[in-house]
Amino acid sequence: MAEKILLWMTVNGEARSAEVFPMARLLDVIREDWGLTGTKEGCGEGECGACSVILDGVLVNACLIPAVQAQGGELLTVEGLARKGELDPLQEAFLHHGGAQCGFCTPGMLMAGTHLLAQGGPGDEAEARAGLAGNLCRCTGYNRIVDAVLAARREHP
Amino acid sequence: MRGQPSACEVHTPETLAGALAFRAGNPDWRPLAGGTDLMVPFAAGRLGDQRFLNLWGLRELKGILASEDAVLIGALASYRAIAAHPVIQARLPNLVASARATGALAIQGRGTLGGNLVNGSPAADSPPSLLVYEAEVELASVRGGRWIPYAAFHTGYRANAMAPDELLTCIRVPLPPEGGVHYFRKVGTRQAQAIAKLSLAGWALPRQGRLAEIRLALGSVAPVPVRALHAETVLRGAPLSALPLSAAREALQADIAPIDDLRSSARYRRRVAGNLLEEALAALI
Amino acid sequence: MAQSPIGSPVLRREGGAKLAGATQYTDDLRIPGLLHGVTVRSPVARGRLRAVHFGEGIPWEEFTIVRAADIPGRNAVAHILEDQPCLVDGEIRHAEEAVLLLAHEDRALAELARTRVRLDFEALPAVLSLDEALETRERVWGEDNTFKRILIEKGDPFDWAAAPRVHEGTYRTGAQEHVYIEPNAMIAEASPDGVLARGSLQCPYYVHHSLQALLGLPPERIRVVQLDTGGGFGGKEDFPSMIAAHAALLSWKAGGRPVKIAYDREEDMACTTKRHPSRTRIRSAFAPDGTLLALEIEFILDGGAYLTLSPVVLSRGALHASGPYRCGHIRIEARAVATNTPPHGAFRGFGAPQSLFAIERHMTEAARRLGMDPAELRRKNLLRPGDTMATGQVLRDAVDLPALMDRALAEIGYREKRPLDARLHERPGRPRRGIGFAVFMHGGGFTGGGEVFLGSVAAVEGTVEGRFRVLAASTEIGQGATTVFGQIAAEALGCPLEAVEVARPDTAVVPNSGPTVASRTTQVVGKLIFDAALALRKTLLESGHLAEGGDVSAAARAFIAARGALRAESRYQKPPFVQWDDAAYRGDAYATYAWACYAAEVSADSRTYEVRVEDFVAVQEVGRVVNPTLAAGQIEGGVAQGIGWALSEEVVWRDGRMANAQMTNYLIPTSADLPRIRAFFEESPYPYGPGGAKGIGELPMDGPAPAILNAVQEALGVEARELPLTPERLLDLVEPEAADG
Ligand SMILES: Cc1cc2nc3c(=O)[nH]c(=O)nc-3n(C[C@H](O)[C@H](O)[C@H](O)COP(=O)(O)OP(=O)(O)OC[C@H]3O[C@@H](n4cnc5c(N)ncnc54)[C@H](O)[C@@H]3O)c2cc1C
Ligand code: FES
Ligand code: FES
Repeated sequence: MAEKILLWMTVNGEARSAEVFPMARLLDVIREDWGLTGTKEGCGEGECGACSVILDGVLVNACLIPAVQAQGGELLTVEGLARKGELDPLQEAFLHHGGAQCGFCTPGMLMAGTHLLAQGGPGDEAEARAGLAGNLCRCTGYNRIVDAVLAARREHP
Repeated sequence: MRGQPSACEVHTPETLAGALAFRAGNPDWRPLAGGTDLMVPFAAGRLGDQRFLNLWGLRELKGILASEDAVLIGALASYRAIAAHPVIQARLPNLVASARATGALAIQGRGTLGGNLVNGSPAADSPPSLLVYEAEVELASVRGGRWIPYAAFHTGYRANAMAPDELLTCIRVPLPPEGGVHYFRKVGTRQAQAIAKLSLAGWALPRQGRLAEIRLALGSVAPVPVRALHAETVLRGAPLSALPLSAAREALQADIAPIDDLRSSARYRRRVAGNLLEEALAALI
Repeated sequence: MAQSPIGSPVLRREGGAKLAGATQYTDDLRIPGLLHGVTVRSPVARGRLRAVHFGEGIPWEEFTIVRAADIPGRNAVAHILEDQPCLVDGEIRHAEEAVLLLAHEDRALAELARTRVRLDFEALPAVLSLDEALETRERVWGEDNTFKRILIEKGDPFDWAAAPRVHEGTYRTGAQEHVYIEPNAMIAEASPDGVLARGSLQCPYYVHHSLQALLGLPPERIRVVQLDTGGGFGGKEDFPSMIAAHAALLSWKAGGRPVKIAYDREEDMACTTKRHPSRTRIRSAFAPDGTLLALEIEFILDGGAYLTLSPVVLSRGALHASGPYRCGHIRIEARAVATNTPPHGAFRGFGAPQSLFAIERHMTEAARRLGMDPAELRRKNLLRPGDTMATGQVLRDAVDLPALMDRALAEIGYREKRPLDARLHERPGRPRRGIGFAVFMHGGGFTGGGEVFLGSVAAVEGTVEGRFRVLAASTEIGQGATTVFGQIAAEALGCPLEAVEVARPDTAVVPNSGPTVASRTTQVVGKLIFDAALALRKTLLESGHLAEGGDVSAAARAFIAARGALRAESRYQKPPFVQWDDAAYRGDAYATYAWACYAAEVSADSRTYEVRVEDFVAVQEVGRVVNPTLAAGQIEGGVAQGIGWALSEEVVWRDGRMANAQMTNYLIPTSADLPRIRAFFEESPYPYGPGGAKGIGELPMDGPAPAILNAVQEALGVEARELPLTPERLLDLVEPEAADG
């Protein structure tokens, strides 16, 4: 039996810690230790993007990150997007464009979209489609997700 | 999640020297870089290893340095960093193309070039580009560092020339002369998150109406990424106005040994390899 | 009221919670004392189980272990028959069949334990494909491996020898995996006192029904609750009954402790149902001018190892097999066969995509062979109101199919672009472009007498606060059911949308409005809700608490204060004209249909044989559109699934197991693979739907595959007849093996 480590991170602006095995997946720490179940598991193999979070400014798949590599990091999850219960502009755009259907891919999509917006993109539809391609959605056919991200960029440059 | 974190130990050295010292005494601890390869079989319960040497924090291995004649890429440099580097963009466009063809955004931000090479998948996207640029890799241990041509790195299906106490630390990519034509294409059936069915990288230097130099390499058509030396020989020196297309196509078939697998067929790989060669050559004219 | 709720782009009810990441799906719930259940499965497709060995290094005494012998009631997952066991009892009939269940508090340990169970079995020769089933060398079901046969005949026998032009073709489609992004998950608490099963599912009453037989409990002791569900597409129609059964058995054995079974992606892909593989042979006769004279169709589905829902899937496939065409002589022979693969099940479209693919490919081929434009051949033969369909059904829908077709072709630029494409094709190495299309229909609601048999019920009740609650077992699985139900109820009640709630599907609370399948949720259940709401309004009017134009909420409050409960129910009644004879397969197969023409523009890469959809137009007539945003979203999502099925989604079978049960090897489209899908609606209100609406959920799955392969025929001149049209298959068509050198 391995020894646990004390993992501490800044999660959505708040300091948090957890005693976890070093090879625990960051995804499981987020969901089980911190109860932030907005981050989803759709595949556990880095394909679907449902577990997307932003770690130290980089979009990553939380299912592929061992806890030990997240030590001291700054983490943004879907729960950190809304401010004081108000949806942020990207979430609003998703709501109005119908970008969420079953909603299971949605948290990951929002994180990928947030990352694209933070990078100053996407400039056009093709860039949006390329940028979101690591997040699979089976419900929408992507039109409305792409539209939401483009609208958020237009309306809140 | 079928992996067993409770059974797994991790050692996290602070410096490269510390990492090499640890590795010397513990060669069976599995190096762990960005984890984008290792975490997949780990979570599926299919990874034998339970002890890991965590390299992720080693800043020494993250940089990219450009000099007059080469770019040095630290083993831990991410695809994102590679694709964003101005000298790589200007002089080594195939590396940018293969980085951008890798996985999708989140994989590109986390996966490392060193991990890609040591993982040794014949379907990996960067190896063909590195082969045509005639890259070298640095293998380091407490005994010191050594450089070997990247072409000599893969010794068989998922086997490599690294000694048990070594780590891959750096990739050196010489800058090819300017005025060359670069070609990279991955065929994966999906635009992102696809494992290559095959890929072809090429670099050629036309001079005075002839193909002064040409290098070709392919992924996913043999147990290791391969240089297409037969095809190159047929083409080298040929007049641009009359490239020996069909002879080159035929020679290419001797360079590759594709198989039928989950993702494609040997026949498809052979055929499309030839077609891509034609497309690459068409780009020259 | 400013705007009528039906027809407006009302925002999704649960949208805010979904966007905040606050929606709790099954695996998100924290439950004290929870045990994690895992399933030990057969590695072989057919065999006899001899023994089970428990390996070293696992504290087995801490585990709850369930085998077939532990089942208190009948060892069956009850659907149409009770042929499918819940756990293997001797005979193994497919790979991944559940043999043994384990549960432990520690999820990781449970996972480890299942790798340490060794099954001792004798392997038997297996039937692994539809063709092998038809050969009947091995018999795995009845006399001839046949679950079900259906024969549909129209007109006198046709004299094929005298036919002027005959075209024949055999069309094949592969299995398709649903890949809802939320894998299956279920939580159960079960004891002789009662059962609570909660989870990701489409049909609460299916699970309810199945648990009765399994546990030998009366219905009132069983409660099934749907939790928020991350997509279904048919994949959570019948299989959740199996998972609920497993979780309930573990809980029962563990003295009622809650047990969760949450599949990971690999288990979900490998073990749960998929779209039925199919083979369709079509022979058609035409007059020299292109008039369709006769159709002879043999339609075969691979049902997998157990009957499950295959007869119903077969029925829908057969009823759509002759497409939207007028034809005097039709003979459709349909058959579902048994193999030793995991049972195939419901998937959006339910058999119709398979048979419509065949007929719509066939019509384009036939047009080309007759030297006609595929649009002109269709124009000659498309059904018109008053025509009779294969079962003798007289078409009542006021649909103008040639106009639908023309609109789709105009949107995609069929006439302008085709001459241009021809010129492009003269340049070697360039991708070739082509435009193809398909005209089709999809029957709304259950097949034949199915709706009558179900006799679904929905209700609307008033609350003391003056609000209204919709009660139905139909589930929100992303398609927007709760939003649409709210709109429908608000419209009928004459109240603001905000005054309507939609109850969570919970068998202790909601009546059985039937399963969430068959594009019936809006059209059939929506209508029940509409009628219940109207009845409730009528009660208020008649009681004197409500005057026309008055405040319904205030009236409800007053009514409840004066008289107690306020509730109205509505039970399904077939539209008066519907007549169906199930024995003869004659009559009104569906009360109404949604109609469509989908057009695709593709480019085919002449170097890699990859086909890319560059533009996609979906024009449909769906009665009245209840919510334009949700309706378009349904169409776009369905088209995306159809594109995947057409081009890249291939289940690779090895010895009866799915060899590519990972998202990395089973390729659904990403955002970068799809064009903007352009959906257009024609509205012709259906008098028996809520506010004129018809079902649309499955329709978009039917059109993409034939439209795309028809486009490939225009681009490359090849008659592709098998799905998915992977680059490898296209290579074999464009440059057959012999041409290699
Ligand atoms: C969803 C997904 C999509 C992907 N798509 C692609 C793709 O399109 N193309 C592609 O080529 N790859 C792809 N990959 C594979 C992977 O992302 C790359 O191979 C990546 O570069 C691996 O780097 P890493 O740092 O994450 O490696 P790790 O997983 O950390 O390590 C990989 C291997 O290298 C060893 N190792 C790592 N660093 C060193 C070192 N410095 N010295 C010695 N040994 C070392 C490890 O022990 C291990 O064996 C994909 C992976 C995922 C999950
Ligand atoms: S769960 Fe991490 S990418 Fe799918
Ligand atoms: S909304 Fe269901 S998967 Fe995207």
